[in-house]
Amino acid sequence: MSRDDPVRTNAGHRVAALVGNPNAGKSALFNALTGARQKIANYPGVTVERKAGRLSLPPRGDGSPETLELIDLPGSYSFDAASPDEEVTRKVVHGDFPGEAQPEVLVLVLDAVNLEQHLVFAQEVLELGRPTVVALNMVDLAERDGLTLDPEALSQALGVPVIPTVAVRRKGLAELLDAIADAEAIAEEDAPRAHLTLPERRLAAKHMARGAILSRSTRHLMENGADRILLNPWIGPVILFALLFVIFQAVFAWATPFADALEGGVGILSDGVIATLPEGFLRDAITEGVLAGVGSVVVFLPQIVILFFFILLMEATGYMARAAFLMDRLMAGVGLSGKSFIPLLSSFACAIPGIMATRSISDPKDRLTTILIAPLMTCSARLPVYAVIIAAFIPATSVGPGIGLQGLVLFALYVAGIVGAMIVALVLRRTLAKGGASGFIMEMPRYQMPALKDLAIGLWQRAWVFLRRAGTIIFMATIALWLLLSFPQAEPGESQLDASFAGTIADGLHPVLEPIGFNREISLALIPALAAREVAVSALATTYAVDAEDEDVAAQGVTGRIAAQWSLPTALAFLAWFVFAPQCLSTIAVTRRETNSWRWPVFMTVYLFALAYVFAGLTYWSAVALGL
Amino acid sequence: MTLDALDTGRSATIRAVDWSAIVADEAKRLRALGVDEGAEVTVTHRGVFGARDPLALRLGRMTIAIRRAHALAIEVDPTEAKAA
Repeated sequence: MSRDDPVRTNAGHRVAALVGNPNAGKSALFNALTGARQKIANYPGVTVERKAGRLSLPPRGDGSPETLELIDLPGSYSFDAASPDEEVTRKVVHGDFPGEAQPEVLVLVLDAVNLEQHLVFAQEVLELGRPTVVALNMVDLAERDGLTLDPEALSQALGVPVIPTVAVRRKGLAELLDAIADAEAIAEEDAPRAHLTLPERRLAAKHMARGAILSRSTRHLMENGADRILLNPWIGPVILFALLFVIFQAVFAWATPFADALEGGVGILSDGVIATLPEGFLRDAITEGVLAGVGSVVVFLPQIVILFFFILLMEATGYMARAAFLMDRLMAGVGLSGKSFIPLLSSFACAIPGIMATRSISDPKDRLTTILIAPLMTCSARLPVYAVIIAAFIPATSVGPGIGLQGLVLFALYVAGIVGAMIVALVLRRTLAKGGASGFIMEMPRYQMPALKDLAIGLWQRAWVFLRRAGTIIFMATIALWLLLSFPQAEPGESQLDASFAGTIADGLHPVLEPIGFNREISLALIPALAAREVAVSALATTYAVDAEDEDVAAQGVTGRIAAQWSLPTALAFLAWFVFAPQCLSTIAVTRRETNSWRWPVFMTVYLFALAYVFAGLTYWSAVALGL
Repeated sequence: MTLDALDTGRSATIRAVDWSAIVADEAKRLRALGVDEGAEVTVTHRGVFGARDPLALRLGRMTIAIRRAHALAIEVDPTEAKAA
């Protein structure tokens, strides 16, 4: 048997791709079929996510394929691509994507409720003449809306098998897999279809949809009722802001017990290491370096998980598109659109998923502006920095019923970031990212009960990205800093900090930072914190831990040391610095990847450092002038 | 009249679209969503706090959001209002 034989080489294995309109429920179907066995990567050269999963096909012993690789292609309205996502779908489906095999079977996912609209793109897909299976998805929602469909009639009209499915309830999955395994034979019988124009396709879609609908009641659509309140021009925004308020409250309040538990766990681990290992280099490296550094970052996992839980929930229910609608007017004020709201909201957890979420913005200038301002949203990595400084310098007094001064300062820092971002966006849209459409065209999906499984998979993927970061970049940065701080060893009577390599570097940096009120410890902590902001806290902790000759002083903790040694203007300048400073290698790396050039990450880094320097300086000198 | 002038809650049939007034990629997107001559649309929602932007349209069983700039390029014939 020849290796060149195209049929035989792939016998037993089959590649299929899910195609369909956005909001057809492709991802839910993909999750239902592949479960957590997903491989997420990028298509080479473009910033479009490639999701693939492997599963076994039902065994039948007749030589039909046994395993299936399923690819979830980006949702498309048409092969006449209007976005990078659609371009990828078009190329992969046509077999034009370099390095990507043309899928043997196309699984066309249609939304049963929106059949008439989805059948327009369906005809484009079927015109390709590839083996195709139709998943008529969300038939349960169609029934809820009073639609009874006839899959047989649709199958007749389209000339391919039609399988009714409910991805979120796992209905019709086995039948769909059977159809995928059998797909080839059926499609080959069909002659190539005629190429129609868009109006012709739309007319044909209308006829096919009519033919497939057995009965439709004039039942009132749930959307209309819910949207009447949620999109009400007065009540809608109030509900949205109330929801955002609840989310941020939850992020801080709910996360505390989990964060405390994690912190306690790290402490126990550290004590365990101290008890087991003999005193010396290795023990110090583990406790002062790894556990102190990585531990101070992992503590933020609960907050990130909670924020993403709400974001994923808003997306899964269909409310996120409504939030974008409500925010559009506000965003238009600075030259953006409601579509930027979702990436910017995600950036409050972490700029990395936020910047990645800008892929849904079709206008390139809008997208670039959103990427460049995303790091100004107060990400959770800034919280440890803010928390430590606020705890050390701002008294826990009350300024009104239920409003603490500490919380107010934190709120002001968030607002400073948002206002900064809006001003930067306004300037960018008039200069570097001038012109472009900046329109807002968006489909608003139906409201839906979210599937717990989809939420869980999404949360797991995001938590994993964060943990991997903590385990790599932050791990290396803390170890490197610890080494720089520990060598060369101090002579008796000399401070370890002064003697170390890090001390020498800080001495060089200090003259630049002194005018904005930064002391030598800050100059030192900022070096490893270039990798990630939260490292600033662990770096200060490591610095003071290494420097503390006496155990009592070390036990005082970083908050106590800072309160004792920094002036208030210095602390405020430090806070102002962190509102702007792009101290996050991952953000810069992801910007490089998403903009496909070094130009924009370099620009972002320079402009943000410049803003940080200016605002830290302004804060310091204003505070000094006020006699604080 | 243009779609922009249509009251919230009213339906109309699209008579003509001035595609030259809309950026090419957005025109593609609108057409793909079914905004084209002959389509019947209903303005379901509009703006926040009294603003005219953006608009939510119902097209068949789908709801889409567009901007006022798009609505100004769309000529419509209002459907006769039903007796209230």
